[in-house]
Amino acid sequence: MKALGFLLKKEFLQIIRNKFMLRLIIAMPVLQLIILPWAATFEQRNISLSVVDNDKSTVSGRLIEKAASSGYFRLTDYADTYTHALRSIEQNEADLILEIPGNFEKNLIINQPVKLMMSINAVNGQKAGLGLSYITQIVTDYNSEITSQGVQSPISIEPYYRFNTKMRYQDYMVPGIMVILVTLIGGMLSAINIVREKEIGTMEQINVTPIPKYVFLLGKLIPFWIIGLCLLTAAMFIAWLIYGLSPAGHYINIYIFSFLYLLAFSGFGLMISNFARSQQQAMFMIFFFLIIFILLSGMFTPVSNMPHWAQVVTWFNPLRYFVEVIRSIYLKGSGLMDILPQILKITVFVVVFNTLAVISYRKTNG
Amino acid sequence: MKAIDVKELTKRFGSFTAVDRITFDVDQGEIFGFLGANGAGKTTAMRMLCGLLNPTSGQGKVAGFDIYRDTEKIKRNIGYMSQKFSLYEDLTTAENLELFGGIYGMSRKEINEKSGKVIAELGLQTEKDMLAASLPLGIKQKVSFAVSTFHTPRIVFLDEPTGGVDPIARRTFWEMIYRAADRGITAFVTTHYMDEAEYCNRVSIMVDGRIEALGSPAQLKSKYKAASIGDVFQSLARQAKRVES
Repeated sequence: MKALGFLLKKEFLQIIRNKFMLRLIIAMPVLQLIILPWAATFEQRNISLSVVDNDKSTVSGRLIEKAASSGYFRLTDYADTYTHALRSIEQNEADLILEIPGNFEKNLIINQPVKLMMSINAVNGQKAGLGLSYITQIVTDYNSEITSQGVQSPISIEPYYRFNTKMRYQDYMVPGIMVILVTLIGGMLSAINIVREKEIGTMEQINVTPIPKYVFLLGKLIPFWIIGLCLLTAAMFIAWLIYGLSPAGHYINIYIFSFLYLLAFSGFGLMISNFARSQQQAMFMIFFFLIIFILLSGMFTPVSNMPHWAQVVTWFNPLRYFVEVIRSIYLKGSGLMDILPQILKITVFVVVFNTLAVISYRKTNG
Repeated sequence: MKAIDVKELTKRFGSFTAVDRITFDVDQGEIFGFLGANGAGKTTAMRMLCGLLNPTSGQGKVAGFDIYRDTEKIKRNIGYMSQKFSLYEDLTTAENLELFGGIYGMSRKEINEKSGKVIAELGLQTEKDMLAASLPLGIKQKVSFAVSTFHTPRIVFLDEPTGGVDPIARRTFWEMIYRAADRGITAFVTTHYMDEAEYCNRVSIMVDGRIEALGSPAQLKSKYKAASIGDVFQSLARQAKRVES
């Protein structure tokens, strides 16, 4: 165990002297937290709207104005006919066509049902779906406006789409991005660091010494645990500074869970490094798993929306538990007892990953 | 007790027999030359002795410990200098010494005292605080040697330690090996410079995975009626069938 101190000193000297690594460690949290929450937002603005107004009345004009001033739409085209408007969709200039029928105003006044037609460019399904819900809501609002202005209506219409009108996606995404950050440090950097030693041959020099393998592995991992927790701290500071976001729960719970998670994921990184012979190989293996882990983590799409078999797969995904925990601490203010199930599950990952890592690390080859 | 004692040691990779039933021993304090052409199986044999590779069959003891069961005990008693420079390039000479001294269980005090002595002895004062990456090849090899013998092992394994350096540097390198041998360290050296074989107490010559000749340089020269070890090697190596890979 005495050797551990020497190994840690060496590791930190190397990290400090490696300009690339140092820059990566500093740039990663800053860039991820400043850019990603805006890019990874589900909110849609600037949806291109093409309008076909067959009525050209005051009422239809006011409806169009209301849609244009909502902030969600950009009125790109004011077409004469539906065919014209459709062409702009084909040329990707419009995402949505709103067609107002002739006699729109007249039928409204005499209390006849009116129908608006909407055509949506569903190439980007998300954009289309949200565009539809926005415009439906605008029409519903408008509907209730005019009914209150004297047009008799027995029922007051509630807006039935309450989805994502003013909700801030950053509050939701920023904690998720912290998960990616800690994962990259704990899993990827440590794995690549070890494979690098294999590549340049220093690993062999270590393997010919009497150092116990767990001491060597600890010497490798402890620096990344420390860096991981420091970066998490930096990330929480940036989240507060830029997004005014601070956890509703206790910081200490975030640190407890993050530390366990780092233990688990660095074990995973170690396993990868034992099977990879070169840094490229390690990178590809990590990308392979990371994409699956991230998509199945519930970070972008809720786990409850997945088909049952995919939900079963997420049970084996440590990211899923971290995403759940950090969001519930940040947004709901969950306490230690609330996250206990996830703590127990991640502890299982710690044991399994690290046991496999120590077993698969060999100082002597067959 | 012999420093190294090997009987019928064999290593096969699939159908390829890299090391074929080699038998030899090395005395404590001896400088043993392990000669052979490239691809003859020298490095494979050495890696088995150092506990980096499991043998396929045969027996072996290094520093009195079994090469199957006691690899970690062997590792405590040996030093190893690989063919390729494998110290940390982003650490200085002194830091490399300190790290490996620490790994072998030396105390900080011991390291500090000895490090100054070794650096003075090898004339590395100017290179002491330079990063290993910036050193020329000859100096790197000196540093590697210093690291591999820093913890005073019983046996030091040197794999092509003088590859690629000029005759003068090779000469000073062999002086270092002699000084280590004077301290009682057994040196097991592979080389393909035949003139260096003359510096060894005993040599073995490996051809196609087998040891074809073993003895002191004088014995071998008289046995094969050759003027130099180089000529002995030439006559043996001509029988080789294995193509260099």
